[in-house]
Amino acid sequence: MSDSYAASSISACPACVAAPAAERLAEAREKRPAGLVFSLPTAHCAACITDVERALREMQGVHSARVNLTLKRVSVEADPSITPDAVIEKLAAIGYPAHELDPGLLSMTETDRRGRDLLMRLGVAGFAMMNIMLLSIAVWSGAESATRDLFHWISAAIALPTLAFSGQPFFSSAWAAIKARRLGMDVPISLALILAAAVSLYETAESGQHAYFDAAVSLCFFLLVGRYLDYRSRAAARSAAEELAALEVPRATRLIGGAETVVPVAELEAGDLVLVRPGARMPADGEVVEGSSELDRSLLTGETLPVPVEPGGRVSAGEVNLTGPLVLRVTAAGRDSSLHRMADLVAVAESARTRYTSISDRMARAYAPVVHLLALAAFAGWFYATRDLRHSLNVAAAVLIITCPCALALAVPAVVTSASGRLFRNGFLIKNGTALERLAEIDTVVFDKTGTLTLGAPEPVGLEAHDPRDLSLAAALASASAHPLARALVRAVADMGLRPDTVQDIREIPGQGVEGRVNGSVVRLGRAEWVGAPVVEGTATYLALPDGQTRAIRFSDSLRPGAAETVADLRAGGHRVILLSGDAEAPVRRMAESLGIPEWSAGQSPHDKAERIARLQAEGARVLMVGDGLNDTVALASAHVSISPANALDAARVASDIVVLGQDLGPLAMAIRLARLARRRIVENFGLALAYNVIAIPVALAGLATPLIAALAMSASSITVSLNALRLK
Amino acid sequence: MEMLVFLIPVSLFLGGLGLVGFLWTLKSRQYDDPDGDAHRILSSEWDDHPKP
Repeated sequence: MSDSYAASSISACPACVAAPAAERLAEAREKRPAGLVFSLPTAHCAACITDVERALREMQGVHSARVNLTLKRVSVEADPSITPDAVIEKLAAIGYPAHELDPGLLSMTETDRRGRDLLMRLGVAGFAMMNIMLLSIAVWSGAESATRDLFHWISAAIALPTLAFSGQPFFSSAWAAIKARRLGMDVPISLALILAAAVSLYETAESGQHAYFDAAVSLCFFLLVGRYLDYRSRAAARSAAEELAALEVPRATRLIGGAETVVPVAELEAGDLVLVRPGARMPADGEVVEGSSELDRSLLTGETLPVPVEPGGRVSAGEVNLTGPLVLRVTAAGRDSSLHRMADLVAVAESARTRYTSISDRMARAYAPVVHLLALAAFAGWFYATRDLRHSLNVAAAVLIITCPCALALAVPAVVTSASGRLFRNGFLIKNGTALERLAEIDTVVFDKTGTLTLGAPEPVGLEAHDPRDLSLAAALASASAHPLARALVRAVADMGLRPDTVQDIREIPGQGVEGRVNGSVVRLGRAEWVGAPVVEGTATYLALPDGQTRAIRFSDSLRPGAAETVADLRAGGHRVILLSGDAEAPVRRMAESLGIPEWSAGQSPHDKAERIARLQAEGARVLMVGDGLNDTVALASAHVSISPANALDAARVASDIVVLGQDLGPLAMAIRLARLARRRIVENFGLALAYNVIAIPVALAGLATPLIAALAMSASSITVSLNALRLK
Repeated sequence: MEMLVFLIPVSLFLGGLGLVGFLWTLKSRQYDDPDGDAHRILSSEWDDHPKP
């Protein structure tokens, strides 16, 4: 982007074109640098921009880095040797968590084009409006006969092309509405624009007194402002949410007669043999034929403890293989797999929710027929009374212009833009246009546990109580494993400033643990039965020392920052808070008690959760669901409004209305308050717009509306509504 | 009133100039990152010489 900039500005100086151009040519011959895009949820100030850009430029192989603070993104041009992980690590080192975005999924160019298109129409309308107003002021202040006609003709020359160009978004959507036999807001808008232009043109040709070119164009301008705000607030959020899509490639390794072939998951069939390496996700439902390992089921079921599997054990698509390679015989793939059945349930739940109609839709539905009837009545009434077709048409046009929902069309977008901008700065992405409105209505909040109230990553606890020598030994063994508990242990021990011990002959036994030798005697780190240690409650790994003694190292999933405050805040705000988890009873009870959540249920299947929410809603509650796992997706889709964290599974993010980008859950209560405030502003704005109509419509019906009155009333109401929306900040 | 013959074209021309300027800023993507641009002015980077 910055390159194309330079290219266009350089051409102003012909002498200095040659050298850089030659350089660029040389560059272009080299391998094309790869473009990487990252989401940067915590960036918020000038120092953030400078820090991030400087740190990335210091990396070998990075050509350029540019932060976009509006979208909270950084785009990096780098050699192919730079991996996304290296960039994420570098950013984490200077304190900025980052998520990779798939540039292929970025619909950025597409949405950009629509935004620029609207902005261009807006600019043209603004230019035309100012010029016509200038001429109109002369007419209003008393220009007579030939001068007035001249001014009207010049206005027409500016207004008609402008309306034809800038009015297109309204005309096309009105046409679509008429074809579908509906009356949206855009039908009265288009009718007003066209009728005002036509009547004014006729009046100008007949040397009439009143022409509404200024009103028509400023109407178009204000409406485009509303349309653009609406577009902006949604596009930024929607594209970013889409782009968070995980970069997991849906491929599987199929075994045919011992040979490995990589095939798309969609091509798997029941009966195929599939190899799943440690760290990979199960591509299909199946039965283990060979190997033993542990499975991380947390995203499917919410269970935090890894589950051991052996030949003959069953696995479901979406579970993560942790320790050893597994060979599966596929029992259900594609459409039949449990993953897909879940997706079907989500689709059903979502279709139920799309029935929600926003306040503005309800207003539009009531408003359009009333406006049309009023204009028709004005025309009929005046024609009946005076038999003057020209005057009657004039009055009808005035009524349409005055009633045109200029302020109404601004009332919602102005508030939503202002509110979602503020939420975005706090790390909340609003994906759905009506999400803010629905968020304002909730009275019950349902939380998932693992990955939502907690970070979903277990951390060792009580390490200080252990002998540092034991810990060094454990860290040495753990460093040989990719198991999440082992990795967390290595990190925690390193943070304590301890160095791993030297251990010989380290090898990982899949599904059991890690084994090694110290001075000839065997040491082990792993499952209790294998190590020979008594089992303790909760998540733990066990260490067998050279002298045969055993130690248990406990783990617990750490709370998400702000979770406790959020729960307390919500309860103080009079919300009913419920915890639904797929995890075992003990950890769920501990969590509920420590957070002060009175209502909780453990061992909930995806179906249980969705059913519970359906029951709550049937009782009249408006439920906000906060969850991250696959086991939450159905519940997320069936709740009144739903929120998921950015590190949630793809399916969960797709099913939810709002995505929290940062780690912190703290702003949740603030978001609900802001949503309520925004709703109040929207209602106030509608009130303001209607009040103005109540005064202006009788004037127009009486045939007393002049272009001056129309222009004044329209601008005044639009500006009042916008200012009221700005109060939200 | 004869002055109008000059004044009206002049005012339209100046307005048009403004419109062309706006379309240029739009084409050169100056509205892509309003927040970032507002903050960048506070950074002391490239204060001594322009960004190459």
